[in-house]
Amino acid sequence: MDMPSPDPRILPRRDEIIRRLAGVLPEDALIHRAAELKPYECDALTAYACPPMAVVLPSSTEEVSAVLRICHDEGVPVVPRGAGTSLAGGALPTADCVILGVARLTGVLETNFADRYIRVGTGRTNLSVTGAVEGDGFFYAPDPSSQLACSIAGNIAMNAGGAHCLKYGVTTNNLMGVTLVLMDGEVVEIGGGHMDAPGLDLLGLVCGSEGQLGVVTEATLRILPKPEGARPVLIGYDSLETAGQCVSDIIRSGILPVAIEFMDRPCIRATEAFAGAGYPDCAALLIVEVEGSDPEIEEQLGQITEIARRLDPVELRVSQSAEESARIWLGRKSAFGAMGQINDYICLDGTIPVTELPRVLGRIEELSEEYGLGVANVFHAGDGNMHPLILFNANKEGDLEKAEALGAEILKTCVEVGGCLSGEHGIGVEKRDLMSVQYDPADLEAQMRVKDVFDPKWLLNPAKVFPLEVSRSRRTGEGLRPAAVQPPGYLETQRGTGS
Amino acid sequence: MRPESEAELADVLRSAEGSVAIRGGRTRAPAELPEGLVISTAGLSGIRLYEPGALTLVAGAGTPLAEIEAALTAEGQRLAFEPWDASVVLGRSGRSTLGGVIATNASGPRRIVAGAARDAALGVRLVDGAGEVIRAGGRVMKNVTGVDLVRLACGSRGTLGVITEVSLKTQPGPADAATLVAEGLSPGAAVAAMQAALGTAFEVNGAAHDPARGETALRLEGSALSVELRAERLTKALAGHGDWHVERGRDWARVRDAADLAGSGDLWRISVRSSDAADLVALLPGRWLMDWGGGLIWAEAPAGTDLRQLMSCAGHATLVRATPETHGRLGTLHPESAGVQRLSDGIAARFDPRGLFRSAA
Repeated sequence: MDMPSPDPRILPRRDEIIRRLAGVLPEDALIHRAAELKPYECDALTAYACPPMAVVLPSSTEEVSAVLRICHDEGVPVVPRGAGTSLAGGALPTADCVILGVARLTGVLETNFADRYIRVGTGRTNLSVTGAVEGDGFFYAPDPSSQLACSIAGNIAMNAGGAHCLKYGVTTNNLMGVTLVLMDGEVVEIGGGHMDAPGLDLLGLVCGSEGQLGVVTEATLRILPKPEGARPVLIGYDSLETAGQCVSDIIRSGILPVAIEFMDRPCIRATEAFAGAGYPDCAALLIVEVEGSDPEIEEQLGQITEIARRLDPVELRVSQSAEESARIWLGRKSAFGAMGQINDYICLDGTIPVTELPRVLGRIEELSEEYGLGVANVFHAGDGNMHPLILFNANKEGDLEKAEALGAEILKTCVEVGGCLSGEHGIGVEKRDLMSVQYDPADLEAQMRVKDVFDPKWLLNPAKVFPLEVSRSRRTGEGLRPAAVQPPGYLETQRGTGS
Repeated sequence: MRPESEAELADVLRSAEGSVAIRGGRTRAPAELPEGLVISTAGLSGIRLYEPGALTLVAGAGTPLAEIEAALTAEGQRLAFEPWDASVVLGRSGRSTLGGVIATNASGPRRIVAGAARDAALGVRLVDGAGEVIRAGGRVMKNVTGVDLVRLACGSRGTLGVITEVSLKTQPGPADAATLVAEGLSPGAAVAAMQAALGTAFEVNGAAHDPARGETALRLEGSALSVELRAERLTKALAGHGDWHVERGRDWARVRDAADLAGSGDLWRISVRSSDAADLVALLPGRWLMDWGGGLIWAEAPAGTDLRQLMSCAGHATLVRATPETHGRLGTLHPESAGVQRLSDGIAARFDPRGLFRSAA
């Protein structure tokens, strides 16, 4: 993975730039000593690290605006950072950049139960948004696994999902408005407490833009009444294909569970050893959860178990109590920790049409053997959001590179069957160079045009999302911007078969 | 001009000059089509993929909505966002197309819980003003692969290019439905009742108030058992909000299409917070209807009157039906802040560098 060399015009002016930033920020909001920069040198993609030139931690939209105006003026790249939980390197610094952390923007600015929304500072963690409204019977639906730590700013940047998206959608479906600070310091309000402003959907552009378009300081989020209850059923099969078939049959039947989670044997064994949730030793496990009042839950679980039984499950356990539900979820929720105990791993999140599950799981098995690296699967099956965990040994020479190459092959398979590179983690630097597998030059050009409008100097989170070759002229400001950037050899790259 | 393929359309646009108008099903163009080249999407029609087990449908932009709905109904599925049929209030004889529905982000009563058209769109193909074919999104339900041009295309009203193909998330249809109805509520009491209902866990997915008929209506959908249970419990929960009775087989298409306001004269579609709805309707000069629990107001107005002048709250008022002169003078869409307008203009200029679609704005 390459990053561009630091801009030689910036580093010599470091002290002057820091002096200017100090002029608009309280003393404790500006970090520039080497030892204190250390925690900001990477995010949760720890394979890559680089200390930034400085870190700023503003406490208001006005301070964010003042910082951005200075950086814009000085031509300094800015890398926005939420809680630093990105698995894709979305907050990876460059040596010449200022990291703009929103961690201090944590306020609840308005709760409105009549209109069912909350407005918060975007440094607030995902789980504490629900925390602010659950006493009144409401919750915020997107629930990424990192929800205890991850921030709303990061959720918006990566259009975060979670286990319950099948029913409630992802961040973009639950975001009603933002306060956006553009790179030149201009503050723009988009959307708000009412729905569906006609005109171009700028809110939709900002969500999932990975900090390329602006810094979101405040967000209006849809909150929902909490369901009366929820209960899962655990279903085990002796083949991956049958489990995949069961997922498709459930969806086809017209029942809409809130979650359908999938684990394969390597993952079941690891979590069983780690958490002892009482899972059977089988090829594939499904956890299907439904919501409602008790009679409604009974009815849906009855239909699901009927569908599951037709496919000869090796295990079928309907939760009868809150305790049993917790036990069924225990293994799934500790899966990542369990895998981390026994191995280093890379977690991918390519997404595929649900009907392709058996085929893609089979292909992953083949690739795993070919590369000689284990792959464990634990993912959101209902919406086709895979999470293959590629197991490797970070202390073994060449193992990381091998794991990354295997990952790239898996993601190419996802694209080939009509899927995409990332369902909820984002592209960042991790999958940046695979973007041309999914998109043609004209598709990428159209995406970059949007950035041209929001950030004409390409200073916000540069060198992410778009392959370096494709974005080079824009980042360096060299030459004209042709209608379609087509570097040598680019057209020969594989094109996805998605619609 | 009726291109039969995306490639032919791209050729046409590459060599087009002056002004281009896009014609879908001729149901919702706000006024007469502007002069210049008219491109029909009728040749870009047909369902290309439908996988009920993956809740996914892909179809050409010119596909009649009726054809899509028939295919979904045959599998017991539907479009969650319940697109409204503009031909009803506009008195047009055309038939909605998928492209038109997506280009106008047309969403009906279920929008309050199931999301808008833009929330159901998974992927879009578009030919921009330079004649470039652009693919955005795909056909999967979660996708954070680059800047989200799918959302950008939804509701872009033909200002960025011609949408040629759309992939959609579909939804299983319910086995049963019921509507709770109360009569004689004031606008304020109706909004309060609808807010209370939408604040329960009973998943009310339609909440409308019609002052002319004197009715407030709340829709429940699901299995027969679930609908019956929730109807009973919601009635109890709304005890302080009027007398409610349960109706079966109620026609929600009438609410969706604001059918009672069909005819002539100016008609507006106003999106506000439901908390601002009662104050706003008190100021309206003509007939009106509420949908989305008060978050959407359809309002008639005397010819040429700018209803936006009455709004002291945040919101967006769109002129749906008026003479071309009024559309030209008042503007179809609500004026945006300077920042939003500048960003929107910048995007339109880059997707349509020669201004072919400017007259659609």
